[in-house]
Amino acid sequence: MAVTQAAAHSRAGLFAATTDLDMDGERPLPRKRLLRLRLNGAWREDAVAEGALLVNYLRDVARLTGVKIGCDGGECGACTVLLDGEAVQACLVLAARCEGRSVETIEGLARQGRPSRLQQAFHEKLGTQCGFCTPGMIMAAEALLRRNASPSEQDIRDALAGNLCRCTGYVKIIESVKAAAEVAA
Amino acid sequence: MSTASRNAARLRGVPLIDGIDKVTGRARYTADLDHADALVGRIFRSPVSHGDIVRLDVSRARALPGVIAVVTGDDCPHTYGVLPVAMNEYPLARGRVRYRGEPVAAVAAVDAETAERALGLITLEVRELPAYYTSAEARAPGAMLLHDNKPHNLEREVHHEFGDIAHGFAQADLVREERISCAEVNHAQIEPHACLADYDPVSQRLTVQSVSQVGYYLHLMLARCLEMDSSRIRVIKPFIGGGFGARVEVLNFEIVTALLARAAAGKVMMQLTREETFITHRARPQTDIRLKLGMRKDGRITACECEVVQRGGAYAGYGIVTILYAGALLQGIYDIPAVKYDGYRVYTNTPPCGAMRGHGSVDTRHAFECLLDRMARDLDLDPFAVRRANLLRAPTRTANELMINSYGLGDCLAAVERASGWTQRIGRLPRGKGLGMACSHYVSGAAKPVHWTGEPHAVVNLRLDFDGGITALTGAADIGQGSSTMVAIATAETLGVSLDRIRVIAGDSALTPKDNGAYSSRITFMVGNATIDAARKLRHILVEAAARKLEARAEDIECAGETFRVGPGGQASLSFAEVAKAALVERGPITVSGTFTCPPEAQGGKHRGGAVGSTMGFSYAAQVVEVSVDEDTGTITVDKVWAALDCGRAINPLAVEGQVQGSVWMGMGQALSEETHYVEGLPVHASLLEYRVPTIVESPPIEVHIVESHDPLGPFGAKEASEGALAGFAPALVNAVANAIGIDLDELPATPDRLLQALVEQRRQARLSRARRQAAS
Repeated sequence: MAVTQAAAHSRAGLFAATTDLDMDGERPLPRKRLLRLRLNGAWREDAVAEGALLVNYLRDVARLTGVKIGCDGGECGACTVLLDGEAVQACLVLAARCEGRSVETIEGLARQGRPSRLQQAFHEKLGTQCGFCTPGMIMAAEALLRRNASPSEQDIRDALAGNLCRCTGYVKIIESVKAAAEVAA
Repeated sequence: MSTASRNAARLRGVPLIDGIDKVTGRARYTADLDHADALVGRIFRSPVSHGDIVRLDVSRARALPGVIAVVTGDDCPHTYGVLPVAMNEYPLARGRVRYRGEPVAAVAAVDAETAERALGLITLEVRELPAYYTSAEARAPGAMLLHDNKPHNLEREVHHEFGDIAHGFAQADLVREERISCAEVNHAQIEPHACLADYDPVSQRLTVQSVSQVGYYLHLMLARCLEMDSSRIRVIKPFIGGGFGARVEVLNFEIVTALLARAAAGKVMMQLTREETFITHRARPQTDIRLKLGMRKDGRITACECEVVQRGGAYAGYGIVTILYAGALLQGIYDIPAVKYDGYRVYTNTPPCGAMRGHGSVDTRHAFECLLDRMARDLDLDPFAVRRANLLRAPTRTANELMINSYGLGDCLAAVERASGWTQRIGRLPRGKGLGMACSHYVSGAAKPVHWTGEPHAVVNLRLDFDGGITALTGAADIGQGSSTMVAIATAETLGVSLDRIRVIAGDSALTPKDNGAYSSRITFMVGNATIDAARKLRHILVEAAARKLEARAEDIECAGETFRVGPGGQASLSFAEVAKAALVERGPITVSGTFTCPPEAQGGKHRGGAVGSTMGFSYAAQVVEVSVDEDTGTITVDKVWAALDCGRAINPLAVEGQVQGSVWMGMGQALSEETHYVEGLPVHASLLEYRVPTIVESPPIEVHIVESHDPLGPFGAKEASEGALAGFAPALVNAVANAIGIDLDELPATPDRLLQALVEQRRQARLSRARRQAAS
């Protein structure tokens, strides 16, 4: 039995359209649009490819690599940022949707190079081990603490339910958020 | 900082020295490295599970504008692998593909879209062969061989017998046998795989930055596969987003990225998707265990007979070591007079398995601890009493020649028994609530490395220059476990200086001494001892300089809190900066080298495979798990865990606590929800939605108790802390479920469907026995 196939090692590959007639040809450069947004407190404008995701804009254009990619879309929460103060996964938001809005990333939390109380708590309580989920985890916790200055443990669990960590078992993450809330109180 | 206050801080432990970089987002992981000018690499993978490659045509891909390089198996005729005796894998398939998703070709293009379009232009013609997805299918008579020289598709059979098995079982009051299966699981570290390779065609030098836990192995395999002089290669470790064993072996995409960089004469960034990261695998194999134990009425184990079959996947990888570990670590935790072990590592058409936290020991420990509990129940003994009846006494050697110098398991048992209120609560909980317990252990580093060179097991260099800063140079890979922090603490403690005087540079082959890397929990024991050795040498130089300056004898100089003085309470004193300046006079900047070598008596027995399992010291753990079982939905909720770990001595208690929590929790994932699934070889689990890692919502409080047995050979008495507690969770959970609803689960993970199935069976049996009773009466 002979099989001739394009790459179908994966479900993505199985369902992908592989019959693009113009496959061999050169592609024109992607169309770009000007995006104006408030990023970590400062307004800026960038030419951004149409259809670009916020996560790619933040990492590749704004070079804010604290925003992590841990999955193939919406699974892990590592790219969590604040959009007008609400925690969102940057891999599920089109960059164009942020026109005229405020986006905050982990890089925006420190003041004059000094970590915020939440960042300091994650550091001191070992809420971070490998650190890869940490920026997203801290941004999700930041959104919680802004709307609820003294959250219960259940509030913390609910707020961080979309952020996976593989190192800590979450125990010290909960302690970190609690400690930050206590410092603020 | 005075010695007293530093020691006070040490009681709680110190945060990671790179923690601020992590919480501020400054830490750069491989995918974060500057790659604006790099080409984008993508891999074309096999669409079938098993087949001969009839034709591979990459000409259309190569012709696509924007494609700079395409490589195939023709570009690398060399195998690679982690075990020198079992390298049977090519970075890109040659002649045959053996699992769905195996790399076949790769492209480097100016951007991701072009690279992905190029993959669509590759034509692969395959003559399909029979594929086997279970150990039983692959071992069946007449099954086609995946590798011609491996009859019955067995990569390795192990047959070990220690002590008199027949006599042991004859001594038993109770003999019980169980069959227990554990699903294949994956590391699922949150950082997907990535590699950045830069080849300079002028100097013919290659620089690779990758997610490796063992840069040294990567360095060796790059030299082998690219036929390069290893002196022209530099391997650098950026920040790493978790490893758990996934990145100990060199991985195909790392070599492929380097092949592409050389072919393109430039820089190539390869970022695998989460799905590809799952396919790269190298994790814990699906395992079938048949275990038979003999026990006297008092709980004393008289004999152990164990058969293990591991579904190893398509290539050798670490397989031989995994199947040996599964047998070797039946011992080293309890006193067992006779042990018989038969292990079978099977080749199947699934992604290759490898090392995962608790390498080789976890599934057999699970079966063992479940069976111990069931036999305790048969004999009406308390689970703690059964363990206590079989404790070892250090120092000792096990029947398979494992060296044990420290042993805190008894104290671990006492700690969790007390903390959980076991004695007052066990047997008094309502149906649906249960307590279970189990023990586990793990090596503090493999005493015999797989690449045997005769070099020390670890080397650390310390530098002191005019600025008074001390730089520790180590090849040990900090992958989040805090090993660089451990090196800093060990240096500061030994020298009597402040922690912030130490800077650690780790994992750059151009700067740091070779290290065997982050695997088998070796770093604290081996690199820790090498660090202390280096720091003692530096201290000696500093004390000599202080003695010259203070005109005293070196043996009278004391150093603490960054101050050198003559004798206890001596008046004349010098600051660290003054002594450092004095030490540099005439000799200039100082570099000292510290080493550690495992003595031959630690390196295991002379029997075939006897080195596997051998170590300088074992960590020991006991844990109690409390569960609630919902009999309508089949859902198990873990309410609380009490875990105690004997880590010898906690060099950084905060980090030890974090490691114990993390390992217990990883055991929970395997116990409750994690498993891989292949449909005709297609990995249908390969996302973090389908592969169910526990979220914060279902993760319980984990209370940690640190037991310090002070290992005589460990650095400051320390042993490992990162793996030992993992294996105890699953059996403690299964034992707790038995306690809660009277059901013994024989398969992991204990998902709701499996539990409901068992409940249906329990009710059916109850009805049957009722009917039989009625019929009889």
